[in-house]
Amino acid sequence: MSEKTSIIEKDKVVIRFSGDSGDGMQLVGTIFSNLSAIFGNEISTFPDYPAEIRAPQGTLGGVSGFQVHIGKGIYTPGDTCDVLIAMNPAALKTNAKYCKPGTVIIFDEDSFTQSDLDKADYKTANPFEEIGLTNVQLVGVPVETMVKSSLADMGLDNKSMLRSKNMFALGLVCWLFNRDLEPAIEMLRNKFGKKPSVLEANIKVLTDGYNYGNNIHASVSTYRIESGDAKQKGIYMDVNGNKAVSLGLVAAAEKAGLNLFLGSYPITPATDILHELSKLKALGVKTVQAEDEIAGICTAIGASFAGDLAATSTSGPGLALKSEAIGLAVMAEIPLVIIDVQRGGPSTGLPTKTEQTDLLQALYGRNGESPAVVMSATTPTDCFDMAFMASKIALEHMTPVILLTDAFIGNGSSAWRIPELSEYPEIKVPYVTDDMKEGWKPYKRNMDNMVRYKAIPGMEGFAHRLGGLEKDFDSSAISTHPGNHEKMTDTRQTKIDKIAYQIPLLEVTGSPEAKTLVVGWGGTKGHIYSAVEEVNASGKKVAFAHFNYINPLPLNTEEVLKAYDKVLVCEINNGQLAAYLRGKIPGVNILQFNRMEAQPFRVKDIVEAINKITEE
Amino acid sequence: MDTKYTAKDFKSDQYVRWCPGCGDHAVVNTLQKAMAELGKAPHESVVISGIGCSSRLPYYMNTYGFHTIHGRGLAIATGVKTANPELAVWCITGDGDCLAIGGNHFIHAVRRNVNLNILLLNNQIYGLTKGQYSPTSEKGAVTKSSPFGTVEEPFIPAELTMGARGTFFARALDVDLPTSKDMMIAAANFKGAAVVEILQNCVIFNDGIHKWVSDKTFRAEKSIILEHGKPMIFGANKDKGIVLDGFNLKVVKIGENGITEKDLLVHDAKCEDNALHMKLAMMGKDEFPIAFGVIRAYDAPVYDEEVEAQVKDVQAKKKEHTLRDLLLSGETWEVK
Repeated sequence: MSEKTSIIEKDKVVIRFSGDSGDGMQLVGTIFSNLSAIFGNEISTFPDYPAEIRAPQGTLGGVSGFQVHIGKGIYTPGDTCDVLIAMNPAALKTNAKYCKPGTVIIFDEDSFTQSDLDKADYKTANPFEEIGLTNVQLVGVPVETMVKSSLADMGLDNKSMLRSKNMFALGLVCWLFNRDLEPAIEMLRNKFGKKPSVLEANIKVLTDGYNYGNNIHASVSTYRIESGDAKQKGIYMDVNGNKAVSLGLVAAAEKAGLNLFLGSYPITPATDILHELSKLKALGVKTVQAEDEIAGICTAIGASFAGDLAATSTSGPGLALKSEAIGLAVMAEIPLVIIDVQRGGPSTGLPTKTEQTDLLQALYGRNGESPAVVMSATTPTDCFDMAFMASKIALEHMTPVILLTDAFIGNGSSAWRIPELSEYPEIKVPYVTDDMKEGWKPYKRNMDNMVRYKAIPGMEGFAHRLGGLEKDFDSSAISTHPGNHEKMTDTRQTKIDKIAYQIPLLEVTGSPEAKTLVVGWGGTKGHIYSAVEEVNASGKKVAFAHFNYINPLPLNTEEVLKAYDKVLVCEINNGQLAAYLRGKIPGVNILQFNRMEAQPFRVKDIVEAINKITEE
Repeated sequence: MDTKYTAKDFKSDQYVRWCPGCGDHAVVNTLQKAMAELGKAPHESVVISGIGCSSRLPYYMNTYGFHTIHGRGLAIATGVKTANPELAVWCITGDGDCLAIGGNHFIHAVRRNVNLNILLLNNQIYGLTKGQYSPTSEKGAVTKSSPFGTVEEPFIPAELTMGARGTFFARALDVDLPTSKDMMIAAANFKGAAVVEILQNCVIFNDGIHKWVSDKTFRAEKSIILEHGKPMIFGANKDKGIVLDGFNLKVVKIGENGITEKDLLVHDAKCEDNALHMKLAMMGKDEFPIAFGVIRAYDAPVYDEEVEAQVKDVQAKKKEHTLRDLLLSGETWEVK
C-alpha cells in the first residue's frame, strides 16, 4: 500500500460501476460485491441495465450500471454513490445524477475522445463541467492503453484484449477498498476455467489494475469499510431475489416431500427463476419452458393436479396472460405458486426497471369473484422465506398464491445465511385418507378452514373430475343453482380469509409515541425503513409497518392502522395498496407517497414526504 | 389382452347431457370400451379436456378427470404427463378448442411428442356457442357468423399435425365404432403425441357434414382403412387400390390394365419420412377415398420420458441431493 495514500474509515460506502452494456459491468459489480461479503460487509446491490442487449456502443441508451452498498447497517443499495466508475462519457452522463459533492469518479481517459463525446451528445469540450460535475474528485486512468500494454505479450487481437477492460477497473476498485485479490481470482477461475486464455488475460489485467492504483500514488484516499458484527454465525452465500425465490420453492418441495415443477416462459426480469430451477435437476426439479405464458401456468396446473408442488414465474404482462388460468386454479381449488417479478408497465413498459404496479392486477385481475392469496417479498433474502411460505399456504390451503417481487429485489443481491430446513415450519398437504373413501366427493372440505381434501391420480378409490364450471357444494356435480353459487362464492372467499389465522401479525417498529404511521409493502422495505430511522433520529416521532401479506391482511391490520392520526402509504405506483386499504378498512386517514420513475425509492425523498406530512 | 375391466368400470354416475343423436355419445361409449380393453386402471387414467361440447366428456368417465379452460387442455395434459409419466393421459378436444384458441398448444404438444392420446372430434362447427364456423369449416361454409359464406381456408388436421412434426396420426368416423375403438387403442399403445381425428356429426348445427363418407351406402367407395403392412385396397367389392404414379398417388382398378394386388402400395405407417403419409392423409377429393386408420406411427423419443431421464441422469452424477448440500458445495463463506 502506498504510504502517501491516506485511509478513510467508513461504516458504509456506495460504489457504482457503469459502462457500455457490453463492457461487463454487471460481472465486475457482482465480483466486487461478493468480495465485500466474504470480507464480512453487509451488501445490497442494484443492477440497472438497459432493455437492449447491445445498444450502439458509446451511446446513452446502452449504458449499464451496477450499484453496491457495502458496510454495516445496510438496508438499500444507496441513493447516491461515493465512488463512480465510468468507462465512457455516456456512462458518466447517465450516472451523473447519482453523484454528490466529493464523489470519486474513476474514468477511462482513453474513451473520452471527441468521437466518444459526440456519441454521448456532449456539446462542449469539458464534459464534466457541462453536466455539472464540478465538486467531485476526478481520477482519470488510461484504461485502454494500460490493458493493451498489460496483454501485449499474450498474442491476443485488439478486440479480445479490450474485453478485459472491466478487470482493470475491478483491480483499481479492489485497490481503493483494500480488497485481497485472491478470492476474486478464484471467482474468475470458476467462471472462465474452461477458457484458459480468457482466464489468464483477466487475471493479468486485474492484477495490473490493482498495482496501477497502488503505484500511481493517486491523490485519493483508499477506504477501509467496517464489517457488520452482529451477523449470525453460519455459512453464507450471495443471492439475488430471483435465485432466492427458486431456492425457497425447492426448500418447500423438500419439506413437503414433493417434487417441484416449474412451468414458465422467458420474460424479463423473471427469467432467472427459470434458469436457476433448470439447473437443479439433481434435486428432482422438473422445468418446462412452455410455448407461451398461458402454457407456462397451465403445465403447472397440470403438474399440481398430478401431485407436484407446482409454480410458474412471470412478470406483469405474463400475469395478465395467466389470469384465466389462475381463475381455473381458484375454481378447481388447486395449489399453485405464481411468482410475479414486477417491472415497469403498462404493456411492454420498462422491462428491465422496477415498479409495484401489479398489486391490483394480482388482487382483482380475473373474471368473477376470484379470491387468491397475494403476498410480497421485501428483500432479496426474504424472497426465500416468502417463496417457502407461498408454497406452504398453496399446498395446505389448496389455493393459488401470487407472490409479488420486483426487478429491484429480483436482481439485487445480499449475503444470505444458508439455513437448515429444520428452521422452517412443516408443510402438511391435506390428503384424503382411506376412511374417506365411502361417498367421497372432490369438493368435500374441512369445515374448520374450508379447505377441500386432495386426491391425486393414482390413488385408488378417489377418481374424480374437476373443472372450471361451478360445482354443487354437497355433490360436487356441475351446478347452476343460484343459492349454491352464492354458497360456493362465499366458501372460496372464507377459505382465503381464514388463512389470516396462519400468517404473522403486522409488526410495528419506530417510535412508540408516534402519531404518524409510515406503511409500505414488498421491495421498498429497506428504503422506507431507512427513511423512518432518519426521521426519528432527527427528533420526530414516526412508526413503521410493512406488509408481506396483502390478501388476506394480517389480523391486526385494522387495529394497527386505526391507532394513528395519519397513515402514509409509500409505493412505487399511483396508490394501489392505499386504495386497497381504504376499501378494506374505512375510516383511516390514509395519505400517499408515490413515485412512478420505474426506479427504487430514494431515501431522502421519503424523508421529505414524512417531514412534510408530520408538519402539516 | 387384459380383461379385468369392463366399459362400465369407466362410466361415471353423471347424466350425459349431449343432444340426442350427437356423435359424441358414440365416442364416449367407444372410449370406455377401448379403455377397458387396454386394461389400465381407471384411477391410473386421466382424461383432460378444454371447452366445447366434446370437452364435457371427462365428467362421464369414472377416471381422474379435468375439464379445464378453452384451448388449454393440451398444456395442462403436458403438465400432468411430465409430472407423472406413469399415468395414461387422454385428451378430448374439438376443432375449435384444439385448432383455433388452442392451436399453439396443439402444435407444441405434437412437436414435443408428449406421450398423450389426443382425440380430436372434428364436426367443422362451434356447437356450444350455437353455430359459428370453425377453423376446419370448408371455405364458403354458411354459418351464423358467416351468413354469406366464409372467405377463409380451413386447416386439415392431419396436415397440421405432420407440419408440426407429429409422429402419430389416425382418423376414424364417429359412426364406425370398430375403427374408432381400434384407433383409440392404437393411440394408447403408441408412445408419443398420438392424434386421432374423429369425424363427428353435430346434429343441430352442422348435420350431415360428413355424410358424403359416413353414409353406409357408399362409405366403402369413398374411404379406405389403412393398415400397416397391408396393400391399399378399398371399394365395396375390394376391387380398387392405390398406386404410386411418379410423385403422385393414383386410384386403380384391380384386374384392369393388368393391375394385380401386388402392384398396390403397401402401407408403411412407421417410416420417418412423412411425405407419403401426408399424401395419404390429404386424400378424399374426386376419385380418391378418404383415409381412415393409422396413417402415421413413427417411433421417436417422447418428451415426458426424456425429462424424467435427464433428471435421473443428473441425480446419478451429482452427490448432492438436498438443497443444503447443494448450496454448501457452491461458493460460500463462513461467519464464525
